[in-house]
Amino acid sequence: MDQYTRWTFRMTPYRVVLIALTLLMVGVATYRLLFGLGAATNLNDEWPWGLWIGFDVLTGVALAGGGFSTCFIIHILHKKKYHSIARAALLTSLIGYLLVMGGLFFDIGRWYNFWRPFFYWGHHSVLFEVFWCVSLYTTVQVLEFGHILFERIKSEPLKKLFDWMLPGLFIIGVMLPTLHQSSLGSLYIITVDRLYPTWWSMIIPVFFLTSAVFVGPAMVTFEGWLASKAYGRNFQAEMPVLTSLWKVTAWLLAFYFVLKCIDLTYRDAWGYVFNGSFEANMFLVEILGFILLPLVLFLIPSVRNSVGGLVTTSILVVVGVVFNRMNVVFTGMADAAGGHYFPSWMEWSLTIGLISAGILVYCFVVENFNIFHEDQEAYKAKLKKEKARAVADGGAPVQA
Amino acid sequence: MSKGMLIDITKCIGCRACQTACKQWNDLPAVSTSFSNDWSNPPELNAYNWTRVGFHLLEDGDQVQWRFAKRQCMHCNEPACESACFVHAFVKTPEGPVVYKENLCVGCRYCMLACPFQVPKYEWDKAFPLVRKCRMCYDRLQEGMEPACTTACPTGANIFGDREELLAEAKRRIKNNPGKYIDHVYGEKEVGGTSVLYLSDVPFEKLGFRTDITTKGIPQYTWSVLKWTPHIAIGWTAILTALYMYTKRRADVEEEDGH
Ligand code: SF4
Ligand code: SF4
Repeated sequence: MDQYTRWTFRMTPYRVVLIALTLLMVGVATYRLLFGLGAATNLNDEWPWGLWIGFDVLTGVALAGGGFSTCFIIHILHKKKYHSIARAALLTSLIGYLLVMGGLFFDIGRWYNFWRPFFYWGHHSVLFEVFWCVSLYTTVQVLEFGHILFERIKSEPLKKLFDWMLPGLFIIGVMLPTLHQSSLGSLYIITVDRLYPTWWSMIIPVFFLTSAVFVGPAMVTFEGWLASKAYGRNFQAEMPVLTSLWKVTAWLLAFYFVLKCIDLTYRDAWGYVFNGSFEANMFLVEILGFILLPLVLFLIPSVRNSVGGLVTTSILVVVGVVFNRMNVVFTGMADAAGGHYFPSWMEWSLTIGLISAGILVYCFVVENFNIFHEDQEAYKAKLKKEKARAVADGGAPVQA
Repeated sequence: MSKGMLIDITKCIGCRACQTACKQWNDLPAVSTSFSNDWSNPPELNAYNWTRVGFHLLEDGDQVQWRFAKRQCMHCNEPACESACFVHAFVKTPEGPVVYKENLCVGCRYCMLACPFQVPKYEWDKAFPLVRKCRMCYDRLQEGMEPACTTACPTGANIFGDREELLAEAKRRIKNNPGKYIDHVYGEKEVGGTSVLYLSDVPFEKLGFRTDITTKGIPQYTWSVLKWTPHIAIGWTAILTALYMYTKRRADVEEEDGH
């Protein structure tokens, strides 16, 4: 911990660019809040939902799903061998959700009314459930992080309090995302007869939930690899844990594919898969390129056991989930919606700026807190040493 | 008694008196328009045009004929917009109109995505926009008056009354004029029935009406999934707690065994 007694933030050229993008985002966000959605975006009556809801919210929540699935495996099932990745997964998920809340806030037309759903219960709306679950879960994650925070700023009573709350937080922190990950899919049930039939389904919530879970290990792999590049850490050492975690993804990819087939058969919708339309082809690319291909790749031992192979396969899965959400929001709705929409530069800027801010926060946190495995080990070793010294001095142990 | 409107397309002459009356009564500002191929004006419904007469030039062999179809909110019996709104800003009134409580609106625009007829429109030019759409002149109804558009109609193509009576009248017209009408009252069954009903002598899909549409109320689809939420929340929490305690015990035992 000694290297952490002061807060640090290294400056690199990359980070200067990220800071510039973040500042631009702040400007755009201010403009948007003052002058309205019409002034800042290309949204229109045919396309009331665009990049911010489609990507920042719908896709963002899915990609942050790594937090709750790893929490389930590590803290609910007590699979200790995955402990080394728990904190990194929590951190990215927390940052992800904060960005989602930010994106959502900028997207609502009358933002000073954002608190209304807490008091005016439109309980028959899927959005109501999503709103409550996402807000509560973000709070839960902030509290989960309290445990790491107070370890760092050395407030023992507070850390104890947060430790005591952890089991409850873990349980709620798995339950809430299960609900809202699926509900994000249920949002589109209301587009019956409009969303293209390869995507519309009464069980679209199951598809959204499944993909949010299987993208978890892929995201953790991809982020771990990026972090190892950035911090010169040994990625090879994490491979066994990641490959093992990835088995969940493989099983769920297979489950997703089989369920899609059953669903298409049940709804008699195979005709929509092979009719050669743009929607149909996009759907085929999604299933063949981003569900079946990564599954097959993972089944090849030489691929899954090599860093390049596992990372590439993970990227395919991540891109696939982005592709799927974009297909639901845009491709599948285009025919029914009519008109056209392409995000304005301000919409892009806000999205890119939010992501940049997220990366900067991530860098700051991992450089100042015990997030990575090695840091945690070093911290534990140090505690032990202090304890031993205290005992040797004849005093009571300082920290249990 | 739930009110409604019956629009008989065979009687409409495309004078747009209803459109003008609507703008006047609701004090809607003018918007600059753009050319549309079919001479309809404005080309689409928008936040400041809550009703619009669509002009349709139909070819039937070597015959050409005009048909005019007034469109606006259908005032669904089970409105998708009402079920979509998470602050309950849309309400189906017992009198029939679907109204909007603007001070509640957060501006998420899920109602716009939800409406099967793409009716709710947004004030994109405002800093704090509202969703706007026809409200069947709910304010006039409460004063005992008819909607502005039905009072303005010179031919009786658009009439106001009790929905049940209008439906009976529509069926009577079909029966008493064999061969004149398409045997379909649009709005009787669509999305679970709507307060606005249509009669036509040409197939509805030629006039831009969606006929491939479900006859079940759209909120029912959502509710059949959403109703499970509390059960899943409680059941899943119980399962997670049990799993937590069980596997924790096991992990502790393993640790004691000196793993
Ligand atoms: S037509 Fe659309 S806006 Fe009108 S009541 Fe039905 S769902 Fe609501
Ligand atoms: S935009 Fe307003 S009225 Fe429409 S669903 Fe959202 S909060 Fe409700």
